[in-house]
Amino acid sequence: MKLDIKQQFLDGILYKNPVFIQLLGLCSMLAITTSVSNAIGMGVAATVVLICSNLLISLLRKFIPKQVRIAAYVVIISAFVTAVELLIKAYLPALDRSLGVFIPLIVVNCMILARAEAFASKNGPVASVIDGVAQGIGYTMALLIISAVREVLGFGTIAGIQLFGESFKPMGIAISPPGGFIILGCLIALVNKLMHTIEDKKNKKGEDK
Amino acid sequence: MFVDILVLMLSAVLIENFIFSRFLGCCPFLGVSEKPDTALGMGCAVIFVMTLASAACNLVYNFILVPFNLEYLYTIAFILVIAALVQFIEMFLRKAVPSLYNALGIYLPLITTNCAVLGAVIINMQKYSDMAKGQSFVFSVLFGFFAAVGFTLAIVIFAGVRARVEYADPPKVFKGMPIALVTAGLIAMAFSGFSGASIG
Repeated sequence: MKLDIKQQFLDGILYKNPVFIQLLGLCSMLAITTSVSNAIGMGVAATVVLICSNLLISLLRKFIPKQVRIAAYVVIISAFVTAVELLIKAYLPALDRSLGVFIPLIVVNCMILARAEAFASKNGPVASVIDGVAQGIGYTMALLIISAVREVLGFGTIAGIQLFGESFKPMGIAISPPGGFIILGCLIALVNKLMHTIEDKKNKKGEDK
Repeated sequence: MFVDILVLMLSAVLIENFIFSRFLGCCPFLGVSEKPDTALGMGCAVIFVMTLASAACNLVYNFILVPFNLEYLYTIAFILVIAALVQFIEMFLRKAVPSLYNALGIYLPLITTNCAVLGAVIINMQKYSDMAKGQSFVFSVLFGFFAAVGFTLAIVIFAGVRARVEYADPPKVFKGMPIALVTAGLIAMAFSGFSGASIG
C-alpha cells in the first residue's frame, strides 16, 4: 500500500480533525481546557498513548481474534496509559494534580479507540504510527485553540502570562463548565464555516475549468 | 450516617452532576440524546452498570489490589472489571430477562467505553479508599448509583430540549452539533445554580 503522508497529516490536522470534525474525546477536552498548560500536557500525553497503541495494535492486528478485539485494544491502551500516568506522577506532579482523574480516563478517550478500530487494525505499523502522530497533533492543536480562547477570556492570561492591564475584568463563565460547552459549540460552528468556504472555493475552481 | 448519605445523594445528582460539572460521559450524552426514549434507555443501562461496577471495583481494589500492593495497576484492573461486567450483564439479561435485554441491548456494549463509569470508580477509589472496608463499600455503591441517576437526569432533560431545538432554525453553520453544545451549555448554566447551595 502506498503511503500518503501529506494526506494523512492534512486529514489529522484539518479535514478529519479528531475534535472539531469527528467530535471524539470531548469529555476530557471540555474538562481540562481551562488553561493552555493543561491542554499541552493532556495533548502530549494522549498523543504518546495514541502513537504507542497504534503501533502495537497494528503489529498485532493479524493475531487478535475479531470477537475480542475491543477488549484487547482496551488492555493495550490501558497499559500505555498506566505507564504515562506513572511518568507524569514522577516528573510533573503539578500537572498530575491539575489533570487529576482525566489522566487514567485517557483509556476511554474515544479518539484512541476509534483510531485503533478504524485505522491501526487495518494498516501496517509505519502508516499507523504516522496516523497516530497526525491525529495526535490535530487533537493537541484543537485543545490548544480551545484552551487559549478560554484562558484569555477567563483569566486574561495565556500560558500564565498576563496579557491585559489591571483594568481587565476576567469573564468567569469562560472557564466554568457552561462556558466550556458554549465556546466549543461556537468554535465548531466557526470550523464548519471555514470548511464551507473551502468547499465553495473548490467547487468554483471546478466550474472555471 | 443518614445525613452523610443525603449529602452524598444531593451532591452526586445535582451539585456535582457528572455531565454538567465534571464533564464525564459527554460522548454518549451528545451521541444518544436525540430522542427522549433512547436517552432514558441509555440512562437506565448506565444506572445498572455503574452501580454494579462501583461494587465490583471496590471489592477488587480492597481485596485484590491493596493486599498485593498493586494499587498502581488500578486503571487496567478497573477497565477489565467493567468490560467483563458489561459482557456478563449482557449474557445474563439475554437469558433471564429478555424484555429488559431488548430494551437496553444496544446500549450495553457502548457503556464499556463510557468514561462516566470508569470515572465513577476512580473517584470512588480516591474518595473512599481510606475508610473502613464495609463503609467504603456502601459509600462507593451509593455514589455510583446516585451519580448515574444524575447522568440520567441530565441526558433526559437534554434530549427533551434537543427534540424542541430540532424544529428551530439556527444559522446554517450552527446546525447539528454546535447548537446542541450551546444548548448543553445553557442547561449546564441552570445546573450551576445548585453549586451555590453548599452542603456538607
